[in-house]
Amino acid sequence: MNKQFEHTLPNSEGYFGEYGGSFIPPELQAVMNDINQAYQEIRQDPEFVAELTRLYQDYVGRPSPIFHAQHLSQTYGCDIYLKREDLNHTGAHKINHCLGEVLLAKKMGKTKVIAETGAGQHGVALATAAALLGLECDIHMGEVDIAKEHPNVVRMRILGANVIPATHGRKTLKEAVDSAFQAYMADPHTQLYAIGSVVGPHPFPMMVRDFQSIIGIEARQQFQDMKGQLPDHLVACVGGGSNAMGLFSAFLEDSNVAMHGCEPAGRSLDEVGEHAATLTKGEPGTMHGFHSYMLKDDKGEPEKVYSVASGLDYPAVGPQHAYLKDLGRVQYGVVSDKEAIDAFFELSRLEGIIPAIESAHAVAHAINLAKKGSKGTILINLSGRGDKDIDFVVENYGKQYGIASLI
Amino acid sequence: MTQRYANLFQRLSAEKQGAFVPFVTLGDPDLEQSLAIVDALMEGGADALELGIPFSDPVADGPTIQGANVRALASNVTPPKCLEMLTAIRAKYPEVPIGLLLYANLVYSTGIETFYQKLAAAGVDSVLVADVPIRESAPFREAANKHGLQSIFIAPPNADDETLAKVAEYGQGYTYLVSRAGVTGAETKAGVPVGKLLSKLKQFNAPPALLGFGIATPEQVAETIEAGAAGAISGSAVVKIIENNLDNKPLMLETLRGFASSMKAATV
Repeated sequence: MNKQFEHTLPNSEGYFGEYGGSFIPPELQAVMNDINQAYQEIRQDPEFVAELTRLYQDYVGRPSPIFHAQHLSQTYGCDIYLKREDLNHTGAHKINHCLGEVLLAKKMGKTKVIAETGAGQHGVALATAAALLGLECDIHMGEVDIAKEHPNVVRMRILGANVIPATHGRKTLKEAVDSAFQAYMADPHTQLYAIGSVVGPHPFPMMVRDFQSIIGIEARQQFQDMKGQLPDHLVACVGGGSNAMGLFSAFLEDSNVAMHGCEPAGRSLDEVGEHAATLTKGEPGTMHGFHSYMLKDDKGEPEKVYSVASGLDYPAVGPQHAYLKDLGRVQYGVVSDKEAIDAFFELSRLEGIIPAIESAHAVAHAINLAKKGSKGTILINLSGRGDKDIDFVVENYGKQYGIASLI
Repeated sequence: MTQRYANLFQRLSAEKQGAFVPFVTLGDPDLEQSLAIVDALMEGGADALELGIPFSDPVADGPTIQGANVRALASNVTPPKCLEMLTAIRAKYPEVPIGLLLYANLVYSTGIETFYQKLAAAGVDSVLVADVPIRESAPFREAANKHGLQSIFIAPPNADDETLAKVAEYGQGYTYLVSRAGVTGAETKAGVPVGKLLSKLKQFNAPPALLGFGIATPEQVAETIEAGAAGAISGSAVVKIIENNLDNKPLMLETLRGFASSMKAATV
């Protein structure tokens, strides 16, 4: 358990190479310093570590298993394994860092946690952790996503959270972040902004990664126990990049393990506003408190982004991913909407596992690797389950898969 | 380094006055009207100008100034067009201190060095990057020094002595004193008195302090000066007048002139 807190990066100023940092109004900087200090204390506090370990095991249901997807493997002539984060309580990996963030908030004497959410997975996980640990919870969510991810909105409200619609711009994830930032600025003292990915100002990219690194720590051991060796390839989808960092962080020193992040190519990689492939098409910039790759126009404005997966349509990416891309340690590729939806149905029908559309991107990427002749074992981080997506998928794509008539 | 702020504060001090500094976003609601707005504020008695370059994600700003950003962006106001406006404003008001307030990504996108060079060429005196706290400020300060621009820093209400000392050390021209928590906006009033922060800043020998965030009435301006600040910055209250008079531009200008004049009167 202690092992997950041993990463040496970022440096004390929150930099992974040239990326990261803390680009926020000075007043918030004082608050971030307090959060960082509290986190540095808590991460070494045996009581906190024991509490988080207990919650991971008894509440989340950790460790999540690794499953050998034999039918998928046979179909594509490869050897695919799934790290089943979809089996976690609340149905995705997000609960891993939400429990950590809410425990931290509680220790700091905050009475409320606030956050943005895209697909609603982070929002549900935070609302869950807040309910369990007795804190108030406000979730900011784009109006478009509220309509698309209705089941998760209902879940958050049942859990006692307030869902606050972001009504400007494209009304999706970026706008939800803006809205949550505004609310946080208004009162950063009684609230903690529980950022939902490995993004934002220092210490969040580090802290969220640390809380998520349980995925990789478990997977590394489980895979070794199962196969007597490490996987040859790791695959994870990247929006902000929390599930990918969670898996990758335990394998960074294993030079024989290849790592693949996949970004959403949406409807078209060549058209602005039709994808959200930040590392693939972006360049360095600064927004929402950190320096990283960004999709922006020639005037410096963040570009419009799109993906069929609400959890992936963000015009920036976690700074450690930017660093790992430049280092060449992780290969970042893209998966289109169509490939992701194909993989959504393929995994459902071959293995009886309905993945989140976000995670379906990772499945599609693994299939593409297999098609291109990649050898050896592939471990996919199946970061979330697809219950939240079923209505949307059937309504928009069901016909092509023979189920439109049921609606 | 430009002397306009120093000259202004010296003159006002001799005349026993404080400074009234309005803030508007360049290009709000459009290029032409925006220039007319600057004229109206100057006619009303503004001592210096604080001007914003529109950006889509202004995290330090409340709904009113966000609205100004949205209007300017909708009028296709780009950083190059802002530079043209600044050049025109400088030509018209050669002695008035002009400060810019903007966000880091706009600077990065042009390149820090190039951007500051262009600002200097346009006749700008000072730059405040709203999402660059002291700890990230080194490359911005270097570029500013190189091109003779002054770097402005915010002294937030929750600042510890260490932060205030840095604000004093790195700040030039004036110190942007923020008296209350939160984003910009006239709805939440400034939290005067600020005597303690002011005396700390003086103790650390910081540049003269202008109080901002939530300054909307002449009474607040008078209290601010009374408390020992060198002046007051009013943004959201000004932008609110723009927002409320979008369909009557002459009335907008007249109201702005009247507002500036009543705010300036409170500094005397």
